[in-house]
Amino acid sequence: MRFSYYPGCTLKTTAAVLENSALKAARALGIELLEQEEWQCCGAVFPLTVDEIAPFLSSVRSLAAAKDTGEKLVTLCAACHHVLKRANHVMKTDKDVCNKANNYLQLPDQYRGGTEVIHYLELLRDELGFSALAQKVKKPLTGQKIAAFYGCLLLRPPAVMQFDNAENPSIMEDFLRTLGATAVDYPYRTECCGVYLSVQNEEIVAGMVEKIINSALRHGAEAIVDACPLCHYNLLELQQKTTHGKLTLPVYYFTELLEEALGLEDRAEEKMAI
Amino acid sequence: MRRIGVFICWCGTNIANTVNIEGVTEAAGKMPSVIYADNYKYMCSEIGQSMIKEAIIKEKLDRVVVAACSPRMHELTFFKTAAAAGLNPYLVEIANIREHCSWVHKDKQEATGKAIALIRTAVAKAARNKELWATQIPVECRALVIGGGIGGIQAALDIADAGFEVDLVERTPSIGGRMAQLDKTFPTLDCSACILTPKMVEVASHHNITLYTFSEVEKVDGFVGNFEATIRKKARSIDLEKCTGCGICWEKCPSRVKSEFDEALVMRKAVYVPFPQAVPNVPVIDRASCRRFTREKCGICRKACPAGAVNYDQEDEVLQKKYGAIVVATGFDILDLDDFGEFSYGKHPDVLTSLEFERLVNSSGPTGGRLLRPSDQSPPKNVVFIQCVGSRDKSRGKPYCSKICCMYSAKHAILLREKYPEAQAYVFYIDIRTAGKDFEEFHRRAVEEYGALYLKGSVGKVFPDGDKLLVKGVDSLSGHAVEIEADMVVLAAAIKAKSDAPQLARLLGISTDTHSFFTEAHPKLRPVEAHTAGIFLAGACQGPKDIPETVSQASGAAAKAIILLSKDNLLSNPCVSEVNESLCTGCLSCIKVCPYGAVAEKTIEEKIHGKALKRRVAEVNEALCQGCGSCTVSCRPGAVNLKGFTNEQIMAEVDAICL
Amino acid sequence: MKITTQSLCGTMVKEIAAISGENVAKCYQCGKCTAACPVNMAMDILPHQVLRFLQLGLVEAVLNCNTIWICASCFTCAGRCPRGVDLPGVMEALRAILLRKRGFSRFKAGDMPRVLNKGMPEQGIVSGFRKYTK
Ligand SMILES: Cc1cc2nc3c(=O)[nH]c(=O)nc-3n(C[C@H](O)[C@H](O)[C@H](O)COP(=O)(O)OP(=O)(O)OC[C@H]3O[C@@H](n4cnc5c(N)ncnc54)[C@H](O)[C@@H]3O)c2cc1C
Ligand code: SF4
Ligand code: SF4
Repeated sequence: MRFSYYPGCTLKTTAAVLENSALKAARALGIELLEQEEWQCCGAVFPLTVDEIAPFLSSVRSLAAAKDTGEKLVTLCAACHHVLKRANHVMKTDKDVCNKANNYLQLPDQYRGGTEVIHYLELLRDELGFSALAQKVKKPLTGQKIAAFYGCLLLRPPAVMQFDNAENPSIMEDFLRTLGATAVDYPYRTECCGVYLSVQNEEIVAGMVEKIINSALRHGAEAIVDACPLCHYNLLELQQKTTHGKLTLPVYYFTELLEEALGLEDRAEEKMAI
Repeated sequence: MRRIGVFICWCGTNIANTVNIEGVTEAAGKMPSVIYADNYKYMCSEIGQSMIKEAIIKEKLDRVVVAACSPRMHELTFFKTAAAAGLNPYLVEIANIREHCSWVHKDKQEATGKAIALIRTAVAKAARNKELWATQIPVECRALVIGGGIGGIQAALDIADAGFEVDLVERTPSIGGRMAQLDKTFPTLDCSACILTPKMVEVASHHNITLYTFSEVEKVDGFVGNFEATIRKKARSIDLEKCTGCGICWEKCPSRVKSEFDEALVMRKAVYVPFPQAVPNVPVIDRASCRRFTREKCGICRKACPAGAVNYDQEDEVLQKKYGAIVVATGFDILDLDDFGEFSYGKHPDVLTSLEFERLVNSSGPTGGRLLRPSDQSPPKNVVFIQCVGSRDKSRGKPYCSKICCMYSAKHAILLREKYPEAQAYVFYIDIRTAGKDFEEFHRRAVEEYGALYLKGSVGKVFPDGDKLLVKGVDSLSGHAVEIEADMVVLAAAIKAKSDAPQLARLLGISTDTHSFFTEAHPKLRPVEAHTAGIFLAGACQGPKDIPETVSQASGAAAKAIILLSKDNLLSNPCVSEVNESLCTGCLSCIKVCPYGAVAEKTIEEKIHGKALKRRVAEVNEALCQGCGSCTVSCRPGAVNLKGFTNEQIMAEVDAICL
Repeated sequence: MKITTQSLCGTMVKEIAAISGENVAKCYQCGKCTAACPVNMAMDILPHQVLRFLQLGLVEAVLNCNTIWICASCFTCAGRCPRGVDLPGVMEALRAILLRKRGFSRFKAGDMPRVLNKGMPEQGIVSGFRKYTK
């Protein structure tokens, strides 16, 4: 199994754990992820203004490059996935923007949205298959009660992202069960964590995170997993803001659990964001 | 000794919750002549009915009392049940222990006592019930349709197409009704005249339809299957046969009055055709404004008419006609806005009703469809529409929703923008109610594609401000009081019943609700029938309705009429009066009180002491008697009795209830 | 408050439509967006009111509210709106007008050390720049 792979800036720095564990697990699962040669930052947020095209040209470059190698483009960071998937959708559905982007980029071949963007979780579910993954599990996470946190970027807007049932998703819970863990259902699993508001309005985000953490705790979670570096930061950093430095619920990337279940590495001691 | 069976129904919990069923059953079992008493959860169900049938046969019951809901609901059901078991249905009595007891009482003990009393009463009456047999009465296979709007037109066409003769009576000079006044119709925006005119022409040319325009029904006698109506054909003063519709007469006529059809926005002549597509396309002379009639001068039109069709001496014609069924389709009016002074309606020419707006956008209207302000004939740029003017208004208007205003206001906002793409529509509303098929989508189009600004809230005042109208209202969604400088203000005045609807109801013997709309026999299950058998309702005369609903109801009413007319005979109600000639003193007070003219006098010959004597007595015509019982109470010697409700039966009931 | 055709169809109104690609008339004020919004408690004008104000042409009122800066672009509202209104897109258009034209900047280079010290991921920092500065 071979795929083009788009990492994104954060995975090379603050969220290196996410990338390292994901790549290691992929190798162990016999999946070849070929990092794109010349990728650029996706811009972190999808441009919602429709009167300019510059902000997503970098995404179009990556999408076009993936098409040239004829492979599906795998993403790992939820933000990059969101941006690439939506940029691709625009290229597919908005002729005007598509023409402008092509004219501007002067690509050797016209790009019209032919690449399929899939997230690492979709890769596990749809390409490898959770049953195949289950067979590779060496150290099942039996007895561990884990809450999945989806956040916004993978799910919404549902019509474009088509990731899962946006109001009642199950992919992360199915993933956790595949690893042998017990998935904790709780109402806040698809809520917004506060995203970039933590740049300016930490107190708002702290309140949002508190609700998420408390909800997960009340439903019996012993740990929480996510797929987004910014969710991860908010859940960890701002959790401590309301608990006066105490970490009541450990936060992991989903790939860390994967790595552990595959017997590749024990989960690291709980680390603070910094 | 009678053998009476009593059957008590729980009506689920309706009766059983307030009435002690077991106690009542036990008490009923001990009543005189009662040899059998039982109860069941739903007496009207298949199982309940079988219980009754079996008991009639096994226990050899000769009278049956069912204690259940109102006889209006299930008397017929239990009559059929008894008949199926070989018992004459008129030996069945209903004790209403639901509407008259469980539904209106809370205290179980009291309600139980009352239920027992009601059953005792029914048992006392049943013991005196006699077998009665319905007779057959022939049906007059013709229908009368009153009102020539789209409702009446549709009903007439459907009945006529089924092969029955129809007389369509319309008060005004042309059929068409309100629909003829409309420009385009929601939700498809097809032109009203384009879809209405062909139907009007079809009515005029249908071999089974006789059209009486400029006519009115003055009197209706008789009963289902055998109505007799008096129709007055008002003098048109124009010979329908000779007139070619050339129009010279109204061109020449010097008398001008406000046009009813154009909502008084323009003038018409004294001799006029209300609108170009009128059917029949023959003018009438409005004698109230014609100089020939008011001042005995003029006579221009007679001189001008090349066909010699003008006839000032024409007289009203009065016709007597028989019908088996009647469809009432007399439509609606809009509320008079005198009590709504804050809108400046009537004071400022650019404040209009929606119906006036319809005429202004209509290509056959006063401005040829150019939509101009009445004040200065300029095209309006800002038009404010105000919904619910008098609708849902307990204080000054009508408490009900007029149902069509949300939709026609959206239509008007669209029509405005289609005429003037730069114009802006503002619509003040309390709620938007668009429950019909494709209605919500239509309304959203007005907002999203035609840019109408909808403001949730009311308008407090409209008043002239320079050459504009200042509209002061509120947008309750944003919480802002708003002011709009409007060029035109359009008021969605409430729909109301025709002011003469109560008179027509009395004439027909049907009922009206508190707002004078005709009442249907059952709000859910018999929505097109009036309370009086053989009379059916269609269109806005029964409540606010749009065209699709009017047409559906009209076809429903027509179907009901066709069912009736398709029968050769009807079963008569055997509960009619009879005169005991030996007691009758011949005072004939019964003749005076009978509302149906069913009592007449006759002379009989008697032999008294060997001598033959002639004597005057009353006689009841069973075909005409409706069983109202008026005669029985007027008869001093008690010679008249209503079968099924004889004096003896009623006295027995009174005795039983006073026990 | 006076409503006129000018205030309803002014240049700002048109500009917002052009930048967001959204027709605010689509909104019928059911309030689903506000009910769904995870940050509604911190906003001075509620999300559905932003749309109502725009429908009435009250552009300045929405440009001056904190709501457009509190909106997290989480798309919860857009996913549930029964009329398919892209409210996050409208919020972005309002921000864009202030950032592009009125030289607004709510996140300056000088703020960097503060967030960097906390270990804020690049994703957050870039988002902050994209949402809060030109
Ligand atoms: C402003 C406005 C706009 C509208 N727009 C639309 C629209 O776009 N689409 C839509 O579906 N509906 C519309 N409607 C509703 C539509 O007008 C009615 O649904 C329809 O006219 C009802 O038809 P009808 O036959 O019941 O009554 P009417 O049209 O009122 O016809 C009744 C007829 O009976 C006659 N009559 C009354 N009394 C007597 C009597 N005693 N004897 C003999 N004849 C009598 C009257 O002269 C009249 O000709 C609108 C209504 C208004 C007020
Ligand atoms: S959910 Fe949609 S329609 Fe409802 S108020 Fe919000 S934007 Fe308007
Ligand atoms: S996108 Fe903005 S307005 Fe919509 S729910 Fe999220 S934060 Fe609220």
